[in-house]
Amino acid sequence: MIEFKNVTHFYNTEQNEKIASLSGINLKIHKGDFVAIIGANGSGKSTLVKHINGLLLPSKGEVLVENLNTRDMEEVWNIRKQVGMVFQNPDNQLIATTVEDDIAFGLENIGIKAKEMGERVDWALNIVGLNGLRNSEPHLLSGGQKQRVVIAGALAMNTSYLILDEPTSMLDPKGRKNILEIVKDLNKKESITIVYITQFMSEAAQFDKIFVLDKGRIVLEDSPKKVFDKAEQLLGLSLEVPQITRLARELVKSGLDIPGNILNEDEMVKYLCLYI
Amino acid sequence: MFIHLKDVSYTYNLNMPFETVALKGINLKVNRGEFIGIIGHTGCGKTTLLQLLNGLIEPTKGQIFIENIDIHKNKKKLKEIRKKIGLSFQYPENQFFEENIFKEIAFGPKNMGVAEEQLVQSVKKSLQMVDMDYQSFKDRSPFSLSGGEMRRVAIASILAIDPEVIILDEPTASLDPQSCSKLLSVIVDLYQKYHKTIIMVSHNMEIMAKLARRIIVMEKGEIIMDDTPRNIFQKSIDRLEDIGLSLPQVTYTMYKLKKIGKPVSSGILTVEEAKEEILKLVNENKK
Ligand SMILES: Nc1ncnc2c1ncn2[C@@H]1O[C@H](COP(=O)(O)OP(=O)(O)OP(=O)(O)O)[C@@H](O)[C@H]1O
Ligand SMILES: Nc1ncnc2c1ncn2[C@@H]1O[C@H](COP(=O)(O)OP(=O)(O)O)[C@@H](O)[C@H]1O
Ligand SMILES: [Mg+2]
Ligand SMILES: [Mg+2]
Repeated sequence: MIEFKNVTHFYNTEQNEKIASLSGINLKIHKGDFVAIIGANGSGKSTLVKHINGLLLPSKGEVLVENLNTRDMEEVWNIRKQVGMVFQNPDNQLIATTVEDDIAFGLENIGIKAKEMGERVDWALNIVGLNGLRNSEPHLLSGGQKQRVVIAGALAMNTSYLILDEPTSMLDPKGRKNILEIVKDLNKKESITIVYITQFMSEAAQFDKIFVLDKGRIVLEDSPKKVFDKAEQLLGLSLEVPQITRLARELVKSGLDIPGNILNEDEMVKYLCLYI
Repeated sequence: MFIHLKDVSYTYNLNMPFETVALKGINLKVNRGEFIGIIGHTGCGKTTLLQLLNGLIEPTKGQIFIENIDIHKNKKKLKEIRKKIGLSFQYPENQFFEENIFKEIAFGPKNMGVAEEQLVQSVKKSLQMVDMDYQSFKDRSPFSLSGGEMRRVAIASILAIDPEVIILDEPTASLDPQSCSKLLSVIVDLYQKYHKTIIMVSHNMEIMAKLARRIIVMEKGEIIMDDTPRNIFQKSIDRLEDIGLSLPQVTYTMYKLKKIGKPVSSGILTVEEAKEEILKLVNENKK
């Protein structure tokens, strides 16, 4: 379990100013959860997730991962082994000259023996569907493929928590869909806990639970159906509902008897078939 | 005609082991006052094309004419032209070099001879256009901002030079939905009221369908389609999916309805159009 206990965080700037980024965050993410985090630019999403593996420490409060405190210098490596991180720009996370070496890199660092390393790399490559490209140069891959290499690198480390901070914001629609399929599979088949930050509301709609951040506080914590039922409140938080939900709400306003919180195309087609 | 790419190719690391062909035989004419959207899978050459359009890189083959002058044969003209064509980068941190946001945004106008006392006005106005507060951000480092804040500062520093042609490489990536809508309405204003030429790369099909007047589809370093959004999202659906693109949610919904035999018209691009079409059909069905 990941647990935030009354976490407040300030950044110190070079001008010695304090910038508040998190205020009194309390949250629990259980093993096996599949959660999204959404919120305005600057609301604290990236700051929050960087607390999970001790990249940032709270100014006040505690962060616990499997009961290990991120403040505990001796445990921070045990925490980082369990928590994989994937960021927006894969180019910054790829280092080796082949896909295979890139995935093995972290394993070498922690002194895993060659045989086990090979097995883990194979397993990770298989899961993200990159077996055919194991000898390719990472820089020749598409953006979506590069992100999959980064994910495989985290998986090979046997992480049980995977944190993804806008992993699809630079990807084309197919790459985006593909990453989402992979994280769904990782969650359902490998029981890996997923924490996923996104600005695409249609992506957030596919998670089990959404945390909504506003000015460093959690203001909503609920299922997508419930969160996206609060269209007016979301506008005030600099967010919106997915395009298909906007259409549903417009149709409801015009008197059509369908739910106003339809979240995807298939659902919409199903309801419309009742009328046309 | 304004910008003309004639048989342009670009190869990274030419004649080296890591040689990568990014663009092949591109022919493209951009007219003054157009709003062009460029779409294509990652790595198909969009960023390379934008960098050629503002003269940041030189083609390995072919010529680029701006107002009928070959810009790489006339370096003085190239400098002049680059002031009229603003490019905001896909990765904002690659664009920054100043220690604070004020200096970052003031750099362009200052270089173009805007007087000191007017610089404050210019920076304020540009930050306002991207919906950021001048007082709280002017002294902060552009490098220690949240992702969306960086994006907005990068765009503000381009808007500050008031270029004739505004080129935006994935400008809405990592913006929150409301900041995204606000930025887009600023861009639409620049296009409609101030007759700026807009060239924008985005993976957001909803935005492209709604705003662009002309869409260029690229694949593997080539232009494979160049048409109106309606034609592209109506006629080439399967082709688009083949090359890694998609349709806006409403367009896709209508397409699905049509596929299962419902009498909907295809090529619906926005929520408003979808709503009207659906209500029309519901009413016809009642009769
Ligand atoms: N390195 C830093 N130094 C100082 N302040 C920072 C730093 N990084 C972020 N901040 C500030 O902390 C606040 C929260 O930032 P954070 O990056 O967590 O936001 P976010 O929700 O991830 O936003 P975005 O959607 O734009 O990525 C913002 O006010 C931001 O300006
Ligand atoms: N600096 C660079 N060095 C070497 N290859 C590059 C560089 N930048 C881009 N490329 C390659 O050029 C091709 C086109 O890339 P790019 O223009 O960035 O595509 P897009 O913007 O459509 O994602 C890709 O194969 C990419 O890997
Ligand atoms: Mg962030
Ligand atoms: Mg690009």
